[in-house]
Amino acid sequence: MAAVTVTDATWAEVVVGSEVPVLVDFWAPWCAPCRQVAPIIEELAVQFAGRVTVAKLNTDENQQVTAAYGIVSIPTINIYSGGELVRSIVGGRPRQALAKELEDVLAG
Amino acid sequence: MSNEHNEGVRDLIIVGSGPAGYTAAVYAARAGLAPLVVAGAFTAGGALMNTTEVENFPGFPEGILGPDLMAGMQQQAERFGAEIEWDDATELDLTGDVKVVTTSEGAVHRARAVILATGSAYRELGLPDEKRLSGRGVSWCATCDGFFFKDQHIAVVGGGDSAVEEATFLTRFGSKVTMIHRRDELRASKIMADRALSDPKITFAWNSEVVGITGDEKVASLTLRDTVTGEERELDATALFVAIGHEPRTELLRDQVTLDAEGYIVVEGRSTRTNLPGVFACGDAVDHTYRQAITAAGSGCSAALDAQHYLAALGDVPAALVVEA
Repeated sequence: MAAVTVTDATWAEVVVGSEVPVLVDFWAPWCAPCRQVAPIIEELAVQFAGRVTVAKLNTDENQQVTAAYGIVSIPTINIYSGGELVRSIVGGRPRQALAKELEDVLAG
Repeated sequence: MSNEHNEGVRDLIIVGSGPAGYTAAVYAARAGLAPLVVAGAFTAGGALMNTTEVENFPGFPEGILGPDLMAGMQQQAERFGAEIEWDDATELDLTGDVKVVTTSEGAVHRARAVILATGSAYRELGLPDEKRLSGRGVSWCATCDGFFFKDQHIAVVGGGDSAVEEATFLTRFGSKVTMIHRRDELRASKIMADRALSDPKITFAWNSEVVGITGDEKVASLTLRDTVTGEERELDATALFVAIGHEPRTELLRDQVTLDAEGYIVVEGRSTRTNLPGVFACGDAVDHTYRQAITAAGSGCSAALDAQHYLAALGDVPAALVVEA
């Protein structure tokens, strides 16, 4: 399972309406640290397939959602549950650390 | 996702992947040591990954982008047989004849020699609101975050080359850029300083330090204190980029490798030898003084040669390979 691409247009459907928690990686092509986080995000998509939706949002192309959540630093990794923002992690983290955040959210 | 596993004892592990780590890897790989580079999970490539144009690395007359330079060094190391692991070292046991490096994913690597090239991390101002507003207007990476402050008043604190580079870069986005510096002149190299001083979009808050950051959800203003008169004033900047230098990343080494009072690794004379046999150190984790990509690369080369001689003395490396170096 690869990470899905989410946009301003699909945000409501993919994130707000999701039955499962959603991890969103806010990134942009010009951000070097974002490129380094990208493979970790893909690993999480595989590891949490079926339990969590792992998504990526390009902040250049989707400025409505970016502004709505006050994203001014990337990578920012947000976790949403029931459409609500429950975790916001600014900057890269090792896979293990992000996996733990997801497990915590899943445990409620 | 590797599970915990054991492997044989290799010749050399290099911890870190900036110019020092990759240069050590190029030299060690060419010497046939097949080094493992523990490159970092998301810090691979080191400090240069967050920079824009590098203008002073010899051999690139038109300049080269930091990330491109690091990608080139990585490929050069791999070409000669260096193996790269994209994970962080989380535990080091360096005191025995066989050194053990454990990663965040639980991989356990063993080697007869280790080169420490762990580099440095940005220094923080140490203000109570700095962490809270980090990612909410306080940033350490102009190339990552500058874009989000289009047409806003951006402040940069610091007076060295990094600060000037960030300020100059940020003029692309900000309505204006204010450089805040404790002294009344820049510490940056002349070419960089002149560029900033003649930039119409950059203004200077001389003899000033940041003593407060205000804002609920995001940075709303800064409080500056005059370092001469002690007077305080508000600056209406909505972004603060911190470029006040770096601290060596040597936390993991404490209690094993001798560090100086500021946390830098202590090496013997002009060598890269630490207090522990078979453990060598290079790059910004050692260097109080120069802290350049090229000096880091040079010390990485020295570390590889020192490690090679050490291994040769143990009788592990064919003599012919050592002579070649």
